Amino acid sequence: MAAESHKHPNYMAIFWILAILTVVEIAVVFLPFGKIVNGTMLCVLAVTKAALVAAYFMHLKFETRTLALIAITPLTIATLLVFVILPDAFFVDHKTANVKPAPAGAKH
Amino acid sequence: MSAATSHAAATSHGAVEPAESPLTPESWGKLGMWIFLAGDAVGFGTLLAAYGGMRATSADWPNPYEVLGINLTAAMTFLLICSSVTMVKALEWLGRGDRAKAKMFLLFTALGGAIFVGCQAFEWTHLIHRGLHINGNPWGASLFGTTFFLITGFHGLHVTGGVIYLLAMIGVVSRRPAPAASYNMVEITGLYWHFVDLVWIMVFTFMYLL
Repeated sequence: MAAESHKHPNYMAIFWILAILTVVEIAVVFLPFGKIVNGTMLCVLAVTKAALVAAYFMHLKFETRTLALIAITPLTIATLLVFVILPDAFFVDHKTANVKPAPAGAKH
Repeated sequence: MSAATSHAAATSHGAVEPAESPLTPESWGKLGMWIFLAGDAVGFGTLLAAYGGMRATSADWPNPYEVLGINLTAAMTFLLICSSVTMVKALEWLGRGDRAKAKMFLLFTALGGAIFVGCQAFEWTHLIHRGLHINGNPWGASLFGTTFFLITGFHGLHVTGGVIYLLAMIGVVSRRPAPAASYNMVEITGLYWHFVDLVWIMVFTFMYLL
């Protein structure tokens, strides 16, 4: 039966790790290391938490490797997309800002 | 159905495809859910990547941490992690043949999801009253509100769908003659529910903390 085919991981241990990592994440926001260092730490923590959920709660660790590859593909695509979009942030002449609506009389 | 008998059945009918799912021998349904989730993850990944791109190209993006606040959302994050635990507990009890306990934990999971959506409705109402709208806000880039409502709304819809899915599964567990008969279906439900939790972990980090 499926219930016995793979060993159940220690779910409570995973729960506590996730809870502690969430507290660490919130603490990182208050650290004075600047946006880039804090941001990198937050990204690493978020990916770690997501990987724990996928590996243990979703049993991905106990599935075939091909299934894991299917599961990882979207993350790869999204990461690539970030790098495709990011040049806009650094190589445009001016960044966009909210354009205030023109006063009613200024219409021509 | 064992591998040997299903294979024999497939060959006797002249079927070309294997009767068993090659990646998830337990069921085709599980593979189906994984493929759906991979597609859904591309949707969320694209939304979050676009969010990052628009935020990086904006000169007046408000500080989300200051505008949105994180006390309530941190509690909501914790709630979703708890509901993931009640979900695995439901499956564990079903595996041990205790239908009543499995149904109780499925109900706890659905309740956690319902409270989450309730908190989100409260948060949205509060933010809308303070001036955060889908097409503008008093703090800066109007896309801040657009992306906020789009992405948290898309996730909230997933949670709402998950609550309905979980409640439906309580019915399935009740109707099936033996606990083992609904094990696979509840496991597939769990995949969806944990995925919704996983996505929230990402959304919480990228839209509230960063």
